[in-house]
Amino acid sequence: MEQLIAFAGSNIQMVYILILSVFLGVVVIGGVPSVLHTPLMSGANAIHGVVVVGAIIVVLKTDSTNYAALCLGFLAVVLGTLNVVGGFAVTDRMLEMFRPKKRRAP
Amino acid sequence: MHTDGYVLDLCYLVSSVTFIAGLRMMSSPKTARNGNLIAAAGMLLAVAATLLLSGDHASSEVLKLAIIIAGITLGGVAGWIVARSVKMTAMPQLVSLFNGMGGGCAAIIGLLEFGHKGGDAAARSVVAAGMIIGGVSFAGSVIAFLKLSGAIKRPFRMPGYNIVNGAVLAGVLVAAGLAVVAATSAPAYIALAVAALYGVLFVLPIGGADMPVVISLLNSFTGLAVAFSGLGYNNQAMLTGGVLVGAAGTFLTIIMCKAMNRSLVNVVFGAFGSPVAAAAAGTSIKGSVKDISVSDAAVLLNYASKVIIVPGYGLAVAQAQHAVHELETALAAKGVNVSYAIHPVAGRMPGHMNVLLAEANVDYDKLLDMESANPQFATTDVALVVGANDVVNPAARNTASSPIYGMPILDVESARNIIIVKRSMNTGYAGIENELFYNAKASMLFGDAKQVLAGLIAELKKI
Repeated sequence: MEQLIAFAGSNIQMVYILILSVFLGVVVIGGVPSVLHTPLMSGANAIHGVVVVGAIIVVLKTDSTNYAALCLGFLAVVLGTLNVVGGFAVTDRMLEMFRPKKRRAP
Repeated sequence: MHTDGYVLDLCYLVSSVTFIAGLRMMSSPKTARNGNLIAAAGMLLAVAATLLLSGDHASSEVLKLAIIIAGITLGGVAGWIVARSVKMTAMPQLVSLFNGMGGGCAAIIGLLEFGHKGGDAAARSVVAAGMIIGGVSFAGSVIAFLKLSGAIKRPFRMPGYNIVNGAVLAGVLVAAGLAVVAATSAPAYIALAVAALYGVLFVLPIGGADMPVVISLLNSFTGLAVAFSGLGYNNQAMLTGGVLVGAAGTFLTIIMCKAMNRSLVNVVFGAFGSPVAAAAAGTSIKGSVKDISVSDAAVLLNYASKVIIVPGYGLAVAQAQHAVHELETALAAKGVNVSYAIHPVAGRMPGHMNVLLAEANVDYDKLLDMESANPQFATTDVALVVGANDVVNPAARNTASSPIYGMPILDVESARNIIIVKRSMNTGYAGIENELFYNAKASMLFGDAKQVLAGLIAELKKI
């Protein structure tokens, strides 16, 4: 328990970010029309692909001779990038269809 | 360079802002596409900054940088190709798959971190939390992907399922606790394996129509896992991105549950759709069902002045979105006023139907949401229900004992004529009879949605 308090205390700025972001997350997507639920879910999905940053850091931190860890790190980078690139690309493809279209001649 | 760390922090700040602004813009149809691009640009910045500014640039870095760049190239190219080539109807399972990749990434990071982190139990708890949630999300998302793409056909249930699940979850927590206390990797491997097992067991019993809720839930799980990873690394971009998605994802999940009048607990632990409830609810309806032929239906539509099409899950399954647009154009050419009434949970995910119809070039203005559609039905000559069932079932209003009682529905009943395109008299996913089919104004047009619509178009041309 003491350790947890000490951890929170020494990372108090992060704790603030965490708590304020919870409110932000709810407010930011409040009022979204149901037509956009699917693209929004997909877009949010792409944003948590920021985990690839962690994958890069973990590879950089890994001992250069620890090949097993490097392999796992490589896999993490691949998975994270799939999440990011695939997520944004698919969202863009969905949203492309919501472009206002020119009316065709009857 | 001494300022590298600050520049990196500033880059993360900019990225965090783009994530927030991007999500905000994605909540409105006009700005949505730019919002997505802005968030993507922020992501690029975060990745590039991490690559260039973190690390110590020693000679041993070359191998690592090569590994990272190879990983990014492989993942990027594969992600791009899959995202660009997949069919629009397969979108839900693809979102689920990409979500699982993120979860897997978080799980691996956690696992590797156990090798790095030293003495602090609190820091290890954070790492363990990210790893476990990532593992659950990865395994669950893969199962969701397999279910939605049809590789796993039916929900899997057995007696005492919730007890088994609870025991597995307890196992996850115990193993993770051991890993935190012992500060070694071995219990961490076990914790991750059991967490993956829990993810599988968690998603397996959930029925196909509930998958959107589950995908949304897993999406917020991954967000949470990323947030824990970010906390462990003191990395603001990961923290903001993760928590934002965790919160927004949870909120979205709740919105979806509300639209179906179900509680999250009910979806996850599932009393719904069980055979007992279905049998109890399905016995009371009397009366007969009227058939209509394709040509009669075409005549009815032809002489209507206002038609509202109610598309549902069946239309998505039959991939009939282009056919329905063709029918709409054919009717419009004959001076019929045609619009679409979209229930919030039509299709496989909220808004999925809108995406499908948008793909088929249906005009955005013609799509009415439930609130604006319902008052219109009273002045509608023909309501054409294509592959929808529970979202037009009056039992949601009239039968207090019905499992869908209280769910908002489309007011199809008040239209002058109702044509229901359906494969058979089978019940919808709620497993209950639909008294709408027995309504005096309703006629059934049996068949595959795509073929029926093609038939209607052909008949219309003859008139």
